[in-house]
Amino acid sequence: MDKAIKRYFPVFVLPTLAAFTLGFIAPFIVGVYLSFCKFTTINDAKFVGFVNYTKVFTDPTFVHALWYTALFTIVSVILINFFAFVAALLLTKKIKGTNLFRTVFFMPNLIGGIILGYVWNLLLNGILLQFNKTLTYSSVYGFWGLVILMCWQQIGYMMIIYIAGIQNIPGDLVEAAKIDGANNWDILKNVTIPMVMPSITICTFLTLTNGFKLYDQNLALTNGEPSNMSEMLALNITNTFYGRAGWEGVGQAKAVVFFILVAVIALAQNVFTRSKEVQQ
Amino acid sequence: MKKRQLAALSLAAVMTAGTLAGCGGGESAETAAPKADETTAAEAKTDGAEAPAASGDGAVYYLNFKPEQADQWKALAETYTEETGVPVTVVTAASGTYEQTLKSEMAKSEAPTLFQVNGPVGLASWKDYCYDLKDSAVYKDLSSDDFALIDESGAVKGIAYVIETYGIIYNKALLNDYIAIDGAVISSADEINSFDKLKAVADDIQAKKDDLGVDGAFTSAGFDASSDWRFKTHLANLPLYYEYKADGITSTDAVKGTYLDNFKQIFDLYITDSVCEPTLLSGKTGSDAAAEFALGEAVFYQNGTWAYGDIQDNDVADEDLGMLPIYIGGEGEENQGLCTGSENYWCVNSKAPEADIQATLDFLQWVVESDEGKTALAEDMGFVTPFTTFTEEYLPANPLVAAADEYVKNGKTSVSWNFTTMPSEEWKNQLGSAMLEYAQGTGDWDAVVKAFVDNWAVEYQAANN
Repeated sequence: MDKAIKRYFPVFVLPTLAAFTLGFIAPFIVGVYLSFCKFTTINDAKFVGFVNYTKVFTDPTFVHALWYTALFTIVSVILINFFAFVAALLLTKKIKGTNLFRTVFFMPNLIGGIILGYVWNLLLNGILLQFNKTLTYSSVYGFWGLVILMCWQQIGYMMIIYIAGIQNIPGDLVEAAKIDGANNWDILKNVTIPMVMPSITICTFLTLTNGFKLYDQNLALTNGEPSNMSEMLALNITNTFYGRAGWEGVGQAKAVVFFILVAVIALAQNVFTRSKEVQQ
Repeated sequence: MKKRQLAALSLAAVMTAGTLAGCGGGESAETAAPKADETTAAEAKTDGAEAPAASGDGAVYYLNFKPEQADQWKALAETYTEETGVPVTVVTAASGTYEQTLKSEMAKSEAPTLFQVNGPVGLASWKDYCYDLKDSAVYKDLSSDDFALIDESGAVKGIAYVIETYGIIYNKALLNDYIAIDGAVISSADEINSFDKLKAVADDIQAKKDDLGVDGAFTSAGFDASSDWRFKTHLANLPLYYEYKADGITSTDAVKGTYLDNFKQIFDLYITDSVCEPTLLSGKTGSDAAAEFALGEAVFYQNGTWAYGDIQDNDVADEDLGMLPIYIGGEGEENQGLCTGSENYWCVNSKAPEADIQATLDFLQWVVESDEGKTALAEDMGFVTPFTTFTEEYLPANPLVAAADEYVKNGKTSVSWNFTTMPSEEWKNQLGSAMLEYAQGTGDWDAVVKAFVDNWAVEYQAANN
């Protein structure tokens, strides 16, 4: 078996490697290079050094987008994981119709972000209209609108991961705990949570990066209005690149900064939650 | 063991197929011009694919700015291809995404050969891509150099192809209904010749809106991206026009904002005598305003000749469409006419292959000189053009254009489009944001003044060094 894998190694790896190089590594290198250039179209870039990077942090919209995104991510990671875990706990109990509920909760995840954004835009504006306001009246509305949208979309997905984790807990562990006299809370705290730690790692990783990289929903729900105050990082980068003549390189530099930021945070999170995982 | 190997091999084959299919899909999506109007993009792609086969002599690829005329351009392109065999691709960028689409299209190997800039400021970022049109037929047909973008060295970088007019479009039937009410402040629409009169009428209509069966005097001054240009660009042109006029200049590196109080007056009027609460403006779109006017819910609607397509064939009859100048209370405004100018300039891509450039120039010549081209531009698209080849019979049947002509005939002075000298899109965006915040009560007017005056210098510096 090992031999077979070794023999066919290139056959398995080459297609993916080629696609990965073409679709990811090459554009990434070009992208980093462009962040040091001044250009209108990417074919006629002129090298200018670190000028773009100095503009990145003096641009107030970027700094605003940075903390707005960070705040959004913190709130959404907590809410999504909490509700997803609760839903998973409930739906692994022996209640009638769990399969139906699981399907229904998972379904929002099948709808694309742009469509969701417009749907929720209509819904929330319809409610806010009663108070003579709109979603883009202030960035606070936009913020909570986005949080509601993301919770609605992602709780089902994370719930499925948690369900898989919970179902993998060996029955004898729970039984042993019960015999030892543990109540439900003890089981949850000392058996269930440590045992689903791998799921928690995955879910926090997914919600964390999703939060930082959020674009479609932001674009469709508020498009950064009012005054770029509800603009998150990814949208800010696109708007800089396409929206301001002469700022293409700055947009590119922002994208590099953004990449480093997300990579560092995601890696740190991974190391942290991994350390909490237990071996069976 | 054999079975396993077979399974492994077939798995590998599936993977390869999968990834390659992925690549292929990605590429074809690329050529289909993302972000462009969907139907045109799809059609364009088939056109483009045929291009090399149909003719070896070059092809035309026009990236059109005006979504209102997308279908007409495509029809015209097909006619040209039938007549000459030269393939012409027309792609129209979705509303508000032109610069974005242009930027990504220009980076491709099959870049647009014909594109548009919106005036001197737009030209600044594309000047390296503009072919000198000095010797072209289309430049020779131009009635005046005022309609060309000519740089310091005398090279003709862009040519305007449509002259447009904007003002306050009004519903004559509703205004007459109002005049018929006892105690109306005017007895004829002609009496509105100053800001004070306009305000008196609008305030009175607003007060009597229930008797008139309207929701308000003005349509919603929406600040959605599809509508905010009506204020941050077009309305902001008026204080700029009066300032330039007073100072005797045509552009500036630092604006003074002499007429910003007048700007505030007119903007206040728009948002108070309106169909909706100012707090709702951030979500109101261009279609909302067009619909409010077209369905007779509002009397006044600030927009231009191009809006005719959106409002015709609704509740407002063609003969009921009129246009008023935008009065802001400037000196001598009783002689002020409508705002007339152009922000649509054709540019030919100088980095395109020689054959394509020639094909594009030929196409342009055909558009402005042949009967088919002239009919399409004047009748189908409803354009007033600055070309000498468009004689009297080639005037569009657009009642708003007729209204604009009326003002010129009556000796009113047209307001020029000075907004083409606004330093950058960013300047407009910041002004728009400040105006919205002022309107909905979350900001104050000082922020608008700051965005108008201080930011002008900042953006001018940023754009010109």
